[in-house]
Amino acid sequence: MAKVDQTVLPLNGDEAVALAAKQSDVDVVAAYPITPQTIIVEKFSEYVANGEVDTEFVCTESEHSALTACLTAALTGARAFTATASAGLALMHEIVYVTAGCRAPVVMAVTNRALSAPINIHCDHSDAMAERDSGWIQIWAENSQETYDSVIQAFRIAEHPDLLTPVMVNLDGFFLSHTLERVQVLPDEEVRKFVGTRQFPLVTDTEGNAVPFKLDPTRPLTVGPLDMPDYYFEHKRQQEDAMSQAPKIIREVHDEYAELTGRRYGNSFVDGYRLEDAKIATVCLGSVAGTTKTVVDELRTQGIKAGILRIRAFRPMPTEDIQKALVDIKALAVMDRSNSVGGNGGPLFHEIRHTLYDAETRPYMVNYIYGLGGRDMPPKIIQNIYKELNEISKTGQVKRLVQFAGVRE
Amino acid sequence: MVTIKELAEKPELFTSGHRACAGCGPAIALRYIMKALRGPTIVTEATGCMEVVSTIYPYTAWKVPWVHTAFENAAANASGIEAALKAMQRKNRLGYEHVDVIALAGDGGTYDIGIQALSGAAERGHDFLYVLYDNEGYMNTGIQRSGGTPHGASTTTSPAGSVIPGKVQYKKPIAEIMVAHEIPYVGTASIGYWLDVIAKVQKGLDAKGPAFLHLFAPCPRGWRSETSKTVEIARLAVETCIFPLWEVVDGEYALSPQSKAIALRPEKKKPVAEYLKTQRRFAHLFTPRFEYVVKEIQDDVDKHWNQLLQKCNITVSVPLKN
Repeated sequence: MAKVDQTVLPLNGDEAVALAAKQSDVDVVAAYPITPQTIIVEKFSEYVANGEVDTEFVCTESEHSALTACLTAALTGARAFTATASAGLALMHEIVYVTAGCRAPVVMAVTNRALSAPINIHCDHSDAMAERDSGWIQIWAENSQETYDSVIQAFRIAEHPDLLTPVMVNLDGFFLSHTLERVQVLPDEEVRKFVGTRQFPLVTDTEGNAVPFKLDPTRPLTVGPLDMPDYYFEHKRQQEDAMSQAPKIIREVHDEYAELTGRRYGNSFVDGYRLEDAKIATVCLGSVAGTTKTVVDELRTQGIKAGILRIRAFRPMPTEDIQKALVDIKALAVMDRSNSVGGNGGPLFHEIRHTLYDAETRPYMVNYIYGLGGRDMPPKIIQNIYKELNEISKTGQVKRLVQFAGVRE
Repeated sequence: MVTIKELAEKPELFTSGHRACAGCGPAIALRYIMKALRGPTIVTEATGCMEVVSTIYPYTAWKVPWVHTAFENAAANASGIEAALKAMQRKNRLGYEHVDVIALAGDGGTYDIGIQALSGAAERGHDFLYVLYDNEGYMNTGIQRSGGTPHGASTTTSPAGSVIPGKVQYKKPIAEIMVAHEIPYVGTASIGYWLDVIAKVQKGLDAKGPAFLHLFAPCPRGWRSETSKTVEIARLAVETCIFPLWEVVDGEYALSPQSKAIALRPEKKKPVAEYLKTQRRFAHLFTPRFEYVVKEIQDDVDKHWNQLLQKCNITVSVPLKN
């Protein structure tokens, strides 16, 4: 049960993101338009134009500068937010790494879209997958409601003094960004209270003094210096150490938010559906989970023990949660909305197979690359995948490890 | 006007112990810039010589908050810092009445890879001073040509060969490009004249909105000049009108005293060869095969000098050459 009264608004995913950023009392938004993220910057510009926010909105000349400005704004002490997609994220790539390396707690919404060429404005996950090793936390939303909730949670996670790690909230382009849903929203003051004000951990300056980690003229720090081989490795290792704190913080923030709103997303890392007694299952990210749940329900009426595991936190990878959730599965299909060309499977497949390698019991595994460039994923195709899984679970025979679903071949 | 005694008493905010080469012009530039501060300041810097030599972890030469993120984005760094300062001040969380923001970048980080971010930040009107320290090449990576490398200079990517006499192209008119952005302040300065540099940094900081200072700073390593001659060469560039000193304040051009003296007494204008001879990057121009390039350079300098005099409303003292 929710502690606070909430309002239901008709919002698409992008609008939900913009509203969440607005309510989180963001100091600086720096962004650049790109489909299908554009609604976020348009909506935020309206808030600014109507005096509904106190935010400094910087409409940059590129995504590279947008993320740069968020990065230095965050280092100066501000709460910073941006949003992008596809080519925009690819253009940011350099600064995606720098933001994580500088430990700047920026929150970024990525309205997932295919990468060129050919140019395509529709959904797939290749943009965010190209950033998976960058040091950002990645949260993947299933619907607009979760997008809204995750952006609010993201500020608390990113800015946590033990973590100071940027967070990327992913939402499927068009499927979520442009589709109206009923979204329950909190009152402004509740969000502000939940998110709070930024806290700065103490670091040691060159004089040996403990000073807050921000650019402050009376307590000067040098941020983003040159590391030679004698220090770079340790600093990159520190990012890994910080990331190891993330699960605890992601869960705490999720649970506290759940108490406030009544909304939970699995255990905050993975969201299982009808897995308790399932023998076959799929693993996926994002909005396809919604369609898949419908298929699972239907299969259940036919007596087929099907389930689904949606990964919500892809970084850090919730290894043990995945192992635990899939312990009884006989045959598993990993659904990849992006491909690693020449990599013998998509990135999610690589990671799930890696994760399950050390599990006590391992299911048979197959990989489906689906939905590239916005290709629809209708229930019929998903049904066929479960049909194949059923077959594999009975025969123990995997005919093809990696397949493309819904493509003309 | 500030005196040298007063300056000597001001703390060194860009301190000694950094790893710049002997005779480094940009290091002199940074010392002057930091002597010109008027209050709380945050400095951001593009990747480049001065970033590399001043912040090798765990050491830093900076006694002000300083941040580096990448090569092409010094102006975007400044945009984010300035936006954060404004937002935090509005929300009473800043703790300062005002904080100045200075972005530093070399010629590679300005003429070439950084021009997009710079143009965007200027168009948006952020309140910051951008100082381009121009040592006319990618010196940190081993002396490659940039959009700021002058005509005829030999670099590792525009080497003087048996056929091609060094860099074929001319210097991009970067300060004029910034004037075209119609920002409140654009100036050129040379580290040969410390008082002028400091006065212009202060004007840039005082300007409300984006200010751009093009600061000429010789690089003995890249220019293959004597390390003891850096300041002399920086003055020769002005005395030959290769690098005239001027300002545009709210759209009005004005020559600075050193260049104005030459405008009023044209006989004081030295031939470019005097400057070129101080640097071995131009040595090939003094061989029979390539000596025509010296004339090309002289003609180009004369043309731009005369154009500048017109912009400053000074009667053209030398006839325009075609």
